[in-house]
Amino acid sequence: MNFNSELVEKLVNIYSPSGDENKIREFIKDEIKDFVDEVEIDSLGNLIARKKGKGKKIMLAAHMDQIGLMVTDIDDKGFLRFTNIGGISPILSLGQKVIFKNGTIGVIFAEPVDNMGKLKLENMFIDIGVLNKEEAEEKVSIGDICVYEIGFSENDNVIFSKCLDDRIGCFVLIETLKRVKNSDNDLYFVFTVQEEVGLRGARTSSYKINPDLGIAIDVTSSGDTPKAKRFAVSLDKGTAIKVKDNSILTHPKVRELMVQVAEENNIPYQMEVLEFGGTDSGAIHLTREGVPTGAISIPTRYVHSTVEMSSKKDINYSVDLLVKLLEKTI
Amino acid sequence: MLLKRLTEASGVSGNEKEVRDIIIEEIKEYVDNIQVDKIGNVIAYKRGKKDSPRLMITAHMDEVGFIITDINDSGLLKFTTVGGIDHRILVSKSVKVGKKQIPGVIGAKPIHLQKKGERLKTLSLDQLYIDIGVNSKEEAEDLVSIGDYITFYSEYVGFGNDLIKAKALDNRVGCNLLIDLLKSNTDLSFYAVFTVMEEIGLVGAGPAAYTVEPDISIILEGTLCSDGPDTEEHLIPTKLKQGPAISLLDRTTLFNIDFRKYIVNIAEKNGIPYQFRKTSFGGNDSGKIHQAKSGSTTATISVPCRYIHSPISVMAKEDYKNTCKLLKSILSEIEKGDF
Amino acid sequence: MNSKEFLEILSNSSGVSGYEYRIKDKIISEFNKYSDEIKTDNLGNVIAVKKGNLNKNKDRIKIMLAAHMDEIGLVITAIEEDGFLRFATIGGIDPRTLLGQEVLVHGKKDLFGIIGAKPPHLQEESERNNPVKLEDMYIDLGLKKEDILDLIKIGDSITIKRNLIKLQGNRVAGKALDDRAGIVTLYECIKKLHKLNHYSDIYFVSTVQEEVGCRGATTSAYSINPDIGIAIDVGFASTPELPKEDTLNMGKGPGITLGGNIHPGLRKKLVEIGKEYNIPFQLEVEPGPTGTDARAIQITRQGIPTLCISIPLRYMHTSVEVIDLKDIENTAKLLAFFVTSISNENLEGLLCY
Repeated sequence: MNFNSELVEKLVNIYSPSGDENKIREFIKDEIKDFVDEVEIDSLGNLIARKKGKGKKIMLAAHMDQIGLMVTDIDDKGFLRFTNIGGISPILSLGQKVIFKNGTIGVIFAEPVDNMGKLKLENMFIDIGVLNKEEAEEKVSIGDICVYEIGFSENDNVIFSKCLDDRIGCFVLIETLKRVKNSDNDLYFVFTVQEEVGLRGARTSSYKINPDLGIAIDVTSSGDTPKAKRFAVSLDKGTAIKVKDNSILTHPKVRELMVQVAEENNIPYQMEVLEFGGTDSGAIHLTREGVPTGAISIPTRYVHSTVEMSSKKDINYSVDLLVKLLEKTI
Repeated sequence: MLLKRLTEASGVSGNEKEVRDIIIEEIKEYVDNIQVDKIGNVIAYKRGKKDSPRLMITAHMDEVGFIITDINDSGLLKFTTVGGIDHRILVSKSVKVGKKQIPGVIGAKPIHLQKKGERLKTLSLDQLYIDIGVNSKEEAEDLVSIGDYITFYSEYVGFGNDLIKAKALDNRVGCNLLIDLLKSNTDLSFYAVFTVMEEIGLVGAGPAAYTVEPDISIILEGTLCSDGPDTEEHLIPTKLKQGPAISLLDRTTLFNIDFRKYIVNIAEKNGIPYQFRKTSFGGNDSGKIHQAKSGSTTATISVPCRYIHSPISVMAKEDYKNTCKLLKSILSEIEKGDF
Repeated sequence: MNSKEFLEILSNSSGVSGYEYRIKDKIISEFNKYSDEIKTDNLGNVIAVKKGNLNKNKDRIKIMLAAHMDEIGLVITAIEEDGFLRFATIGGIDPRTLLGQEVLVHGKKDLFGIIGAKPPHLQEESERNNPVKLEDMYIDLGLKKEDILDLIKIGDSITIKRNLIKLQGNRVAGKALDDRAGIVTLYECIKKLHKLNHYSDIYFVSTVQEEVGCRGATTSAYSINPDIGIAIDVGFASTPELPKEDTLNMGKGPGITLGGNIHPGLRKKLVEIGKEYNIPFQLEVEPGPTGTDARAIQITRQGIPTLCISIPLRYMHTSVEVIDLKDIENTAKLLAFFVTSISNENLEGLLCY
């Protein structure tokens, strides 16, 4: 199977917490600039790349931010206290390595707690291996943000990594914009900021673009692990076409169009009815006078952990579906 | 004294008229344009020598309080809270009701008559009512109506070492800062916006930002301060007398990192003490402002206030002065054009 | 068509949030008879416009009346090997109201089914004392999986099967009266306006997706950009278990909401109109954003002066919601007289803070 692991690996290893997406933005900009007609960065930091067309304006959104931890206090011994940026789980963070923008490495640990189920972020700290406050302050300041630091792995079927949510969506967009050749539509590929804290980048970029049609590309959960909560989406069963999550009930026509394109082109797909969570599609469809919006999801296990897992096939199918969809006159 | 007038005025979310009138009266001589928009925000423009970037400075006018939901046959008032108020602080307080500012009290069952264990339970809203001293529903209805707003009764008092106690310091202190800023000489043009209904869900700020379309926004607040005993150092959001608090993030905004650092630099350059607001708890008008239309860069600068959302919030005069100083310095730096 | 007939059609039809395309034609065909323009927008809101006949200029005031056409419901999440369907809720549904219901599954055609669960006899003692959880219920279509797959797919909507029930007097019971009763009120209002003169253009909006966060009102208010927005929804009517101060009385006229979501000047005018025309009304206090389309309308664009009017309704979000048809009539009357009272001359004064 043809799968560009090299690009995925680069994407997931770039530091880019919500609110500080500079590095990933620069990387993606370089990666795509030869394939698009215009590139723009808006006031919140969204990267908007346009492939001009005479037809309908279509906005495709994948978010480039990732969850992180912000330092709120440095104690006398140089231990850092922190708060979450986005959905950080205390349990999944315990014992994890983190990295700051300047490369400072730390580990997350906790005060002794009797019941691990009750572990809270406020009882946890980051140890960056310094001896006192002064040394700590040479490396880190209050307000600095760190992200999980763990390497990328893969086998023939799947990739394992942190922040597949939503670098894998960025990857799908990048591959799509490289492959789309014959589209009449006016395509806006938007790499959004601050999705993890409330779809904020999608809201402002969508206002600016004012699209006729919106599509978000993000990860979704999977229901195929032992005793998982019931959810009829599995790894390796195809790309997922969203029906709903907490942020949107996708537009019936957009959904039908996706199903139709998948069936016409024999692209395996699954219908996704997610009972929690949200994606940029939620912000896009409520923009201005309302935008018919859908979403394509990549089934992913262990979302928001350091070992998120997606199937290479599902990822490729997602690109296939998008490319075929965009090449249709809408 | 302006802060006394502002804090003693009644301005529960949705009923900001009294505060709005004081503000308009105070600022009208100092601004070039002033309008009350369709939901009650005050949008004022002060022209300076330089127009860009388009700067908006905001403070919300409203305060938490109560509203009458029913009047019972004996003339006691049932009420509910407007905005976030801890129900445990309500018992044994005095209040002012309605436009006529009728005095009332929130009483409770005498301790003598309570059953064993009752004292260990929090009194819920449906057990509480306001007594304005009338005998019947008819008597009450001559004075107040369903839907009338109620505030805590609390006078502005100076005490301790240059501290102030008042109700509604969140956010009359922000209003006062913004008024002072309008009265001072600045070379940069800016919009001063006094918003409504922040406490019930940031209602006014979105429409105001939609109208103004700012490039940069500064939100002024009286914010959470909890520096008493029993709080672990790393859980203290802000401390009194440590200078203006610059927000890192809250539930509604990740404040722009570059703008935050820019403000910190200005404080350091001018020797103004500052602190970070070190908690992600809470939210403010910035949440709506930075996401309005195609977005705005925002920062929040606050005067730390102990015991906010109660009748007895407390602030330090020196924090106010330093916040004022910082704001003026920021304006003159922005005017130089380096942000 | 009279209000009961229209309500019966709407209540018996299905249109879960996000699936309103199933009901919109029934609304369009009736409103079409009385409106100057009618259209369906990007999210599916149906917008019928009745132009002001007293003002021939272009500067006519725009008044938006919004009632939501969506209803709470269910959606298929999985099809089991043995043909049973699993489902999730759309909008606020108390799972305890679902057990033993008859449902319609809206696939390529409507399929009849029932909601079942493990019988009490086979439950553990501890289970029996607790309500059955949503995830333990299923829909039984009486069909095998292979028969089902051609007809329905994951993501199809489901509604409770319920025909409007006539109770004593003017009261009726049914599903989705929240807020199809509001749509009928708009309908009665547009019929009245047909015989009255008015300055303003009145936008009758049947909104979508109110039950999942006022999404249709958000976008339709943006596109219309009205001078006044009014949400017509249902309010809690009194029953023994509810505190008096939180409820409205059945049959005593619409509830006029007071609070931050509501423009004080317009509300005063609305109360005056009620008194002037002897229309009964009640007051209802909601300090924060109301749980209605009014919350979305108010914060649209530069802010929109907003009102909220509630039709008293019992047993909200069950399939046996009860309303009094008299309340619909009075609400429609109040609305009609209110909108006809608004002119370019008096509006500015009413809106002044």
